[in-house]
Amino acid sequence: MSDERVFILGATSAIASAFAERRARTGASFHLVARDARRLDTVAGHLKTLGATRVTVDARDLAEPASAQAAVTLGEKALGAIDVAVIAHGILGSQAEAESNFAAARLVLEVDLMSPIAALTSLADVMERAGKGSIIVLGSVAGDRGRRSNYVYGAAKGALALYAQGLRARLHGRGVHVLTVKPGFVDTPMTAGLPKNFLYASPARVAHGIERAWRSRRDIAYVPCFWRWILWLVRLVPERISKRMHW
Amino acid sequence: MASADALLSWGRRQRERHSCVPISWASDPFPPAGADLPLLPYGCGRSYGDSCLNAGGTLLLTRGLNRFVELDRETGRLRCEAGVTLREILELVIPTGWFPAVLPGTSHVTVGGAIANDIHGKNHHVGGTFGASVEAIELLRSDGSRRECSRDREGGLFAATIAGLGLTGLVTRATLRLKRVSSPWIAAEAIRFRSLDEFDALVTESDRQYEYTVAWLDLAARETSGPGGIFFRGNHAQPDEARPGFPMAGRRVRLPADLPDWAISRTAARAFNWLYMNRPLARRSVVSPWAFFFPLDGIEGWNRAYGRRGFFQYQAVVPGRRAAEALRPLLDAIRAAPEVATLTVLKTMGDVRSPGIMSFPRPGLTLSVDFPDRGPETARFLSRLSTAATAAGGAVYPAKDAVMSGADFRASFPRWKEFSRHRDPGFSSGFWRRVMHE
Repeated sequence: MSDERVFILGATSAIASAFAERRARTGASFHLVARDARRLDTVAGHLKTLGATRVTVDARDLAEPASAQAAVTLGEKALGAIDVAVIAHGILGSQAEAESNFAAARLVLEVDLMSPIAALTSLADVMERAGKGSIIVLGSVAGDRGRRSNYVYGAAKGALALYAQGLRARLHGRGVHVLTVKPGFVDTPMTAGLPKNFLYASPARVAHGIERAWRSRRDIAYVPCFWRWILWLVRLVPERISKRMHW
Repeated sequence: MASADALLSWGRRQRERHSCVPISWASDPFPPAGADLPLLPYGCGRSYGDSCLNAGGTLLLTRGLNRFVELDRETGRLRCEAGVTLREILELVIPTGWFPAVLPGTSHVTVGGAIANDIHGKNHHVGGTFGASVEAIELLRSDGSRRECSRDREGGLFAATIAGLGLTGLVTRATLRLKRVSSPWIAAEAIRFRSLDEFDALVTESDRQYEYTVAWLDLAARETSGPGGIFFRGNHAQPDEARPGFPMAGRRVRLPADLPDWAISRTAARAFNWLYMNRPLARRSVVSPWAFFFPLDGIEGWNRAYGRRGFFQYQAVVPGRRAAEALRPLLDAIRAAPEVATLTVLKTMGDVRSPGIMSFPRPGLTLSVDFPDRGPETARFLSRLSTAATAAGGAVYPAKDAVMSGADFRASFPRWKEFSRHRDPGFSSGFWRRVMHE
């Protein structure tokens, strides 16, 4: 049985809860934060049944940066210390709406970028003081290149990846590991009825990839790993061609 | 978030578009906004015919309801969401000394599907159906109400929901009673028999002493004697004979594409069955429950072997204890027909009563046969076979059925009127419309 303490922002997301399941089986303790209290209780009961030693929850809206910082403070208090922190909250938003309505774009940037940065600011302090632990930041392959179909979401995730990269450099040498995860297409409830191609991966598979990258203290992990090569190609496409592409 | 998609049932014969709505949270408002009536829950899609299809309506995809609520390790009570599969339950409970009360032939079924079809397994002769181990059910109805039912509370709705084919509402959570076992490993035996009289002798010898029994029958062989087959029986291994550690589910290989329609011919079935019948058998060995209960789970998508045309599985139960006599009307019809009986399973059913008023199992013998779909002729043949079963005082299993007439359905399930009073008016299925001529 492990005495690992796991703190998760956005704990009801499919990827985060699949990762939590894997850690629960080893007996980890959790502090879970998400917006919907009943969903949060559902996830907490699930993790306890799977073998989690202790699970505490905090239902709150993380759209406000101050709320994200308060969540970190409460989480540290509940767990005593944080061994693994997962920043998984976010919204996809509507690209079409965000293109013409700045308020919609701003909401995506606040939830997907400002709020994670607020949480990371507090977490970095907590973890630096402890001199150990891991921070797992959920980015996206959408953040690797601006595409017309989702550049607002992509901008938030891309900026978050840059922030995490800098933070990794700052905390390196302090014993704290920062992992940026970039999932590809994931078969989440939101995409359940869509026809799947071979690129889709289950949240369980993505969680397995995250766990492996976390164990081997990787810096950046594409999950599943073949996305690394897809994105390498995507970044190679010259701008004068890519700007004409409808992707 | 409705999306149109062509979801298939396990027989892969019908390709119709459905509007699909994933259900991920039992606590969310119901029915979901934008879901057009009628509704039908869809779990793993392991029903063979049209009982899990709802062309023109909405399928509620329940695999997102895949969380455990609580496991009481003292009493063996498990509460979980309805989209949890028996595979997930088995993985959870094997290390605890508990075991699911009933396991069917595949682990890839959801708890909701197991309740809706009141499934049975190799221990039916002593343990009864899955429904007998269900203590409570949380049900969401299309009128927006949330009903918690059990034997003592809303007993009528409870009895209609077990074997209710998903038509009484959406099951979101259930409480199951697990059983204590000496070990999860199975001490198993396989014994060849050459005739149904030999099968009867094995049943008489085994059904009292073995918790699990089932027989594979060779109906593809040329008619000389027989039919023969292999009788499987087993008990949970005693701690001193169990293998060390906990049995883990093996890796699966996936059948990557449909085989051509001609792949499963009479000659191929005959050759395959001959090889299976005459393979060397280990008389007694301690095996993993994964291999003992789910021999076909090792090949993901094995149903694609039947090609694009798909296949039927026919399953009926007939009263009687002497196999040669009880099964004669069915076996005569099968052998007279030009159809190819690829995989046949025979099992005795016991008299443990299910709480479900529409439950399929009843005392007697149940025969299940796979037939490749060779066209309308195959459907007509199966319809005749269904009538033969009900004429013999038996019943046809809706989870497998794609052809039975309304009359055969009503003969199989005499309490259908009582059932239809509990049916949620906002729920329906291809099967229900077919047998009710709605």
